Amino acid sequence: MAQAHASNFKNPVVKWIDSRLPIFTMMHHEYNEYPMPKNVNYLWAFGAIAGIMLVIMIATGLVLAMQYAANTTIAFDSVERIMRDVNYGWLLRYVHANGASFFFIAVYIHMFRGLYYGSYKAPRELLWIIGVVIFLLMMATAFMGYVLPWGQMSFWGATVITNLFSAFPLIGDPIVTWLWGGFSVDNPTLNRFFALHFLLPFVIFAVVILHTAALHVSGSNNPLGIDAKGPQDTVPFNPYVTIKDLFATVVFMIVFAVFVFFMPNYLGHPDNYIPANPLVTPAHIVPEWYFLPFYAILRAIPDKLGGVLAMFGAIAVLVILPWLDTSKVRSCKFRPIYRQFFWVLALDALVLGYAGSQPAEGTWLLIAQIGTAYYFFHFLILLPILGKLERPLPMPASISEPVLKGGGRIAAGAHAKPMEKA
Amino acid sequence: MAETTHPSGTGAHAAPGGDGASRRDFLYLATGAVGAVGVAAAAWPFIDSMNPAADTLALASIEVDLAPVAEGQAITVTWRGKPVFVRHRTAKEIEEAKAVNLAELRDPAPDDKRAQKPEWLVVVGVCTHLGCVPLGQKPTDPKGEYDGWFCPCHGSHYDTAGRIRKGPAPANLVVPQYAFLSDNRIRLG
Repeated sequence: MAQAHASNFKNPVVKWIDSRLPIFTMMHHEYNEYPMPKNVNYLWAFGAIAGIMLVIMIATGLVLAMQYAANTTIAFDSVERIMRDVNYGWLLRYVHANGASFFFIAVYIHMFRGLYYGSYKAPRELLWIIGVVIFLLMMATAFMGYVLPWGQMSFWGATVITNLFSAFPLIGDPIVTWLWGGFSVDNPTLNRFFALHFLLPFVIFAVVILHTAALHVSGSNNPLGIDAKGPQDTVPFNPYVTIKDLFATVVFMIVFAVFVFFMPNYLGHPDNYIPANPLVTPAHIVPEWYFLPFYAILRAIPDKLGGVLAMFGAIAVLVILPWLDTSKVRSCKFRPIYRQFFWVLALDALVLGYAGSQPAEGTWLLIAQIGTAYYFFHFLILLPILGKLERPLPMPASISEPVLKGGGRIAAGAHAKPMEKA
Repeated sequence: MAETTHPSGTGAHAAPGGDGASRRDFLYLATGAVGAVGVAAAAWPFIDSMNPAADTLALASIEVDLAPVAEGQAITVTWRGKPVFVRHRTAKEIEEAKAVNLAELRDPAPDDKRAQKPEWLVVVGVCTHLGCVPLGQKPTDPKGEYDGWFCPCHGSHYDTAGRIRKGPAPANLVVPQYAFLSDNRIRLG
């Protein structure tokens, strides 16, 4: 006899569906009841904001794809037609282009939140790694998307980045020819980039579902880095977090709207309004701002293969981060020494970003090299050593304890253990 | 450890119903309404972007020069992606069109409703049966039994006013919106 799920819903239609496919029970459990630590700050809203940006990118991308032509002879003109002739085409294009930047802003804040509060530490290692996978997919999607308007930066950025793979001995050149579908970036390249750019966001969507699922297994982290001990430490997701995230999203959208409506080309490069010319290289080839730190690392190493390995390595260290950090304490709130190095890392990211925008010579090249050296030092040397040497600050017994006098303790005499791992 | 999840003491508020639960209902309803307006406003650009763009709309109206079309000749122009037959009718063709008994027609229409000036017939060259382009524009084409057009797909016959006379088509060839700009020039659409 086949079993149905015992559904608790009253509405007969909902109950019928839910007993056969418990999506309503699932949604209620994951987004209504889900216990969220009550002390999370607004940095916790950026995951939701990133998810909303993904939906906006897919929606605008879809209607843009209805009007765009992925052929080198007409691609640039098709984008100008969208801007001039298509109803609200200018709006959809600017939302999509600036949306990419804001998607990265949200994700970078989200990642730095994870770094500061130790959200990558046990039992959330896989959650963190899945996040790095999403980041990589975003970078691939954004790179290919930027090629599509077929401006000068589109073409030459594509040429530079695809040429990177020729650094690999023996297999390098065949790989590059395979990527190009020809002997240089040309129509076959543009066509396949369009197909892949259309596909990857849906892959990102699926991986985001895995990311959220992994999160809901361990539960959310919080600024203290201490596990929630019971219902006294948490609030139900709805209405507390839904409203908080909604408010954060509104503020984020206001900033987004300022860019879309008042400075829509500020984050872009004017050279991309020049149609691609394979015979003329722009004076300074730069990627979009969100790639600049990695671009700086790439050019900091004088060796071609070395630069490529360093750039990929910069993301690879993020994957192994949960094992690099040896500290038993999650949150930087209780790590007085490491906390300062966190800010050095943040500054380093900004400095590398700026260095990436400058020609790779003279002072800025030196700065990029120092920045690259610090980046790898921070992850590969500092984190493993400091975790063992640092003396953490005393931590409260629970999330509620510092707020409610005498509250938050389940058993009398219970103390916080310095080791806050599940 | 009793924590209330909503503030007490809202009874004094002059909300509809006057008590806390009703105020919440009002707030939910108001928020929902504003949210619905927001969703509609956000959705509109996406939906409207699929409507014809400015370049398509620009071709929605074309001008046709009639001077090169001699009496007895016909030209086909492309308008909104469809063929439009412009025939400079001979006196005999006009006579044939006017002489028809309207009661015999499947889709009755007097000739003066079909042509603004009797010597110029402008009709959309798409058979009203299933959409083929009828023959009859070229001198070598079969014109059917009524001297107009003949659709080879399923055998519809149209007369010199583009009216259906025989065959499966249910309606006359469509007369599009057009206007004479001068004796020899029309604007179509």
